[in-house]
Amino acid sequence: MKAILTFDNLASSLVTTIWTPVFVAIFLAIVAYAFWPRNKAAFDEAARLPLREE
Amino acid sequence: MVSGSVFFQRESAMPQPSISKSMTIGESGLAVVFAVTAFLCVIASAKALDAPFAFHAALGAAGSLAAVFFIVNNYYDRPASLPAEEINGRPNYNMGPIKFSSFMAMFWGIAGFLVGLIIASQLAWPALNFDLPWIQFGRLRPLHTSAVIFAFGGNVLLATSFYVVQKSCRARLAGYLAPWFVVVGYNFFILVAGTGYLLGVTQGKEYAEPEWYSDLWLTIVWVVYLLVFLVTIIKRREPHIFVANWFYLAFIVTIAVLHLGNNPALPVSILGSKSYIAWGGIQDAMFQWWYGHNAVGFFLTAGFLAIMYYFIPKRAERPIYSYRLSIIHFWALIFLYIWAGPHHLHYTALPDWTQTLGMTFSIMLWMPSWGGMINGLMTLSGAWDKLRTDPVLRMLVVSVAFYGMSTFEGPMMSIKVVNSLSHYTDWTIGHVHSGALGWVGFVSFGALYCLVPWAWNRKGLYSLKLVNWHFWIATLGIVLYISAMWVSGILQGLMWRAYTSLGFLEYSFIETVEAMHPFYIIRAAGGALFLIGSLIMAYNLWMTVRVGEQEVQMPVALQPAE
Repeated sequence: MKAILTFDNLASSLVTTIWTPVFVAIFLAIVAYAFWPRNKAAFDEAARLPLREE
Repeated sequence: MVSGSVFFQRESAMPQPSISKSMTIGESGLAVVFAVTAFLCVIASAKALDAPFAFHAALGAAGSLAAVFFIVNNYYDRPASLPAEEINGRPNYNMGPIKFSSFMAMFWGIAGFLVGLIIASQLAWPALNFDLPWIQFGRLRPLHTSAVIFAFGGNVLLATSFYVVQKSCRARLAGYLAPWFVVVGYNFFILVAGTGYLLGVTQGKEYAEPEWYSDLWLTIVWVVYLLVFLVTIIKRREPHIFVANWFYLAFIVTIAVLHLGNNPALPVSILGSKSYIAWGGIQDAMFQWWYGHNAVGFFLTAGFLAIMYYFIPKRAERPIYSYRLSIIHFWALIFLYIWAGPHHLHYTALPDWTQTLGMTFSIMLWMPSWGGMINGLMTLSGAWDKLRTDPVLRMLVVSVAFYGMSTFEGPMMSIKVVNSLSHYTDWTIGHVHSGALGWVGFVSFGALYCLVPWAWNRKGLYSLKLVNWHFWIATLGIVLYISAMWVSGILQGLMWRAYTSLGFLEYSFIETVEAMHPFYIIRAAGGALFLIGSLIMAYNLWMTVRVGEQEVQMPVALQPAE
């Protein structure tokens, strides 16, 4: 019997099936988080973090 | 060891004369482990199958004994309680390992640039290898790449990451001996790897040349590095995890994954240096360049972007231009970079779809790369005038410009038709060095120029004028280097593919080599200028530490216990 787990099969099934939409969805969620209006104040604060001397 | 020293310290800011002094579990445990290691190394050295392995085992024995001596000696010298987490409500930052790594970075940097100059000269004048096996190009080349990337760059990343994580988390570095284990252990890895190259010990995998025992040692050191970094983040007093720490964390975690993925090997004997890689054929090639390209992406990019996101705002005294962009920059980089490796294997036995995939993801990388560059440059808005007066800031900003330039060039070269001209030519070398000298080199120099006065508690650098000299000499060197390699590379590529009207190759190989000669001399001159710049820097930093004026501190902030 031919091996099922050739590099070709494994890699192409990983790339072309479920992972692409999953990764895209995660990334879009991150973009939404970054631009969510309520987070703006916290991010503006974080942008100044290196300037705060302790 | 890590947790033990973390918790005891909270009370110890108050005087507690009743504490009786005893070794922590970490101290005694580590001392025993090193004593056993020393014993095993002596045996391995005596029974070794080849001379380099005997030498490395002896180095291991000497290093382990030195570690035992250091731990015990330090125990007798230190006060009964470990250094406090906080002194009068302010974090008691641990600067010792940072100072050590900064020093080693400068040392290895000069060594690496010097070896680079030697091999550049050997290419121009081959007689310079003097027919000695130890200084052949094939041995010195990995010594150069490892010295500049892993020794210089690695120590810069260790020093800056330990600094940034403490400051941005407002917490003392986790562990008592652990940070020292990381910085000294890492440099010991460099020593073993580097001397191995000179003695002919190599796996033959580019940027992953160290043999199996060095790889195992690095794995241990790296896991401790991850733990120190993570535990420091976990005990932070600042609720938000600053973006630079995300970049550092991605660097540490991904390098661990890459190192383990690319290096599984079966030693011929546990008493010899030779091993065979588990992967074979095109899978091995793909693993190698998955590793190789992501070493660029996560070691030379993510780690140094962390430096950009902390040191540029700090030095310019401006907030990050867009923190939102920095978040998207980070995640886009993480999602895309890991797929770009196949572009190193265009027109090989790698399946065609994989080559196209690698090319596609490489081109997509334009977006996060330029997003990040814009974020770094625009952080100067409102402070552009400082570029005139502050050569350190200028160095940092020019490094980001080089980052933009080389990350534009890289995706372009990954396009298959462009790659058919550029691959295996000096164009690749020129591309790598615009990134390595311009981006990684300059951002590291800028960071060290900031870090040394901060870590040693000095008011400022010994001489900004010398920084200015360093900047211009090194910039001139880079321009000479990369323009020589561009011309040489394209010339080389065009000569290789030139046919006569009868369908024969127009040039013999030796004719293309001859054509390179003037460019190799220009390149060596550029490298010499870059080296001279780094010597000026070393003198400047040395004098900063030696004669620099102490920063006047508020009475609460005591010097760290080191």
